[in-house]
Amino acid sequence: MLFDFANVLVFTALGAGFVGVNLLIGKLLRPNNPQERKLSTYECGEPATGSAWVNFNIRFYIVALIFIVFEVEIAFVFPVATTFRSWVESGQGGFAFVEILIFVAILMLGLVYAWVKGDLEWVKKVES
Amino acid sequence: MQAQEIYNKLEKQFPGKVGLFRGDFFDPCLNVDAGAIVDVCRYLRDDPETAFEVLSDLTAIDWTKKDDEKIQVVYHLFSYTKRHQIVLKADLPREAPRIATVEGVWKAANWFEREVFDLFGVDFIGHSDLRRIMLPEDWIGHPLRKDYVEQEEYDGISTQRAPLVDKLLR
Amino acid sequence: MQPLLNSLPETVFTTKIDELLNWGRASSQWYMLFGLACCAIELMQTGGPRADLDRFGCVPRATPRQSDLMIVAGTLTYKMAKRTKLLYDQMPDPKYVISMGSCSNCGGLFQIAYSVCKGVDKIIPVDVYVPGCPPRPEALTEGLLRIQDKMMRERWLVKDPAAREERAGT
Repeated sequence: MLFDFANVLVFTALGAGFVGVNLLIGKLLRPNNPQERKLSTYECGEPATGSAWVNFNIRFYIVALIFIVFEVEIAFVFPVATTFRSWVESGQGGFAFVEILIFVAILMLGLVYAWVKGDLEWVKKVES
Repeated sequence: MQAQEIYNKLEKQFPGKVGLFRGDFFDPCLNVDAGAIVDVCRYLRDDPETAFEVLSDLTAIDWTKKDDEKIQVVYHLFSYTKRHQIVLKADLPREAPRIATVEGVWKAANWFEREVFDLFGVDFIGHSDLRRIMLPEDWIGHPLRKDYVEQEEYDGISTQRAPLVDKLLR
Repeated sequence: MQPLLNSLPETVFTTKIDELLNWGRASSQWYMLFGLACCAIELMQTGGPRADLDRFGCVPRATPRQSDLMIVAGTLTYKMAKRTKLLYDQMPDPKYVISMGSCSNCGGLFQIAYSVCKGVDKIIPVDVYVPGCPPRPEALTEGLLRIQDKMMRERWLVKDPAAREERAGT
């Protein structure tokens, strides 16, 4: 079983190696003339003014939070899907199915709560 | 209202300050004394019979005729309610052309007067923000004057170019 | 400086590698949209479906950072010339410039105007001049093919003292 991990290692090394070799060939073959004006910040032809760090829109936080929750949920569902065949063969397929269904339903409740509260709207309507 | 009637009205209200009415032109025009231009414009805007609520255009002409050299500032007025139009002209000396601004009467005059300052060098007294509008800030000279001479170089770029026909014929 | 560039002897193998590299570059010139006036309309049409530029691998980019070809389409004024120079400097090497239309070739129709820069080659080095007012899409495509020919003649790995000096100088 441990030998399968060697497979992953080889693939990772090949992928990283491919990228590295391409970047190296580019580095050897392309011209390198750094100049002050070439490295200056691009601002549509004008000299750059002000800071490039602007305030983040706070709504993206809500979207990112809900995304993380469901991403972790998917990560938990994957092992169940891979071993489901052995569960079915041991006669406990139904039990496993209901178990995972309850897990997804609990997290879905959280999404429905956020939806009803109006947190998924980009422009939140205020009850007047 | 006909242009002649507008002129008669103005003559009655501002005796001696208006003159040279040309009703035969396609756009009837009349001359206004440069010192009285703001009062005339305000009267034309506020009077209910003339009601010129729109300044269509504000531009200038550089006259270089012998013994008649002047810079003439031209005002095109229009009325949406009454559907008539008139042109006012004010003569200024070429050496130091100065006239009061009509920005207080029509806000549109702001950019028009900046353009006339940029291209003719007319100084508008009382203007809130008189600076060049089209040419770069460090440009020298007022291009639409008849005696304007192009500068040799701007920002390190030469302004001259050899005519291509000579190059090709050689 | 890169030790590999312009340092190898001229053999069949190295010239073929050069040809391969140049073919790769010539077949995917990403041009910077620098449409300033009416020639910009023809530039857009050349990128449009009938006289397609995308079949040559040319994709329009809005930023100089991702482009290696700058098509100056339109009249260049002195005010714009400063910004044009900065944008040209911000393009990564190797870069090429097509001057499209008479206005950017020599000032064109507006050559006697005070505010027009008489040709874009007063500020940046131009590789191909495309004449016309505006040049037809077919003419601009011809200009692009000339740039491709120019690219194919360049030397990358093979020893070329002129190219090596040019690389060290820029």
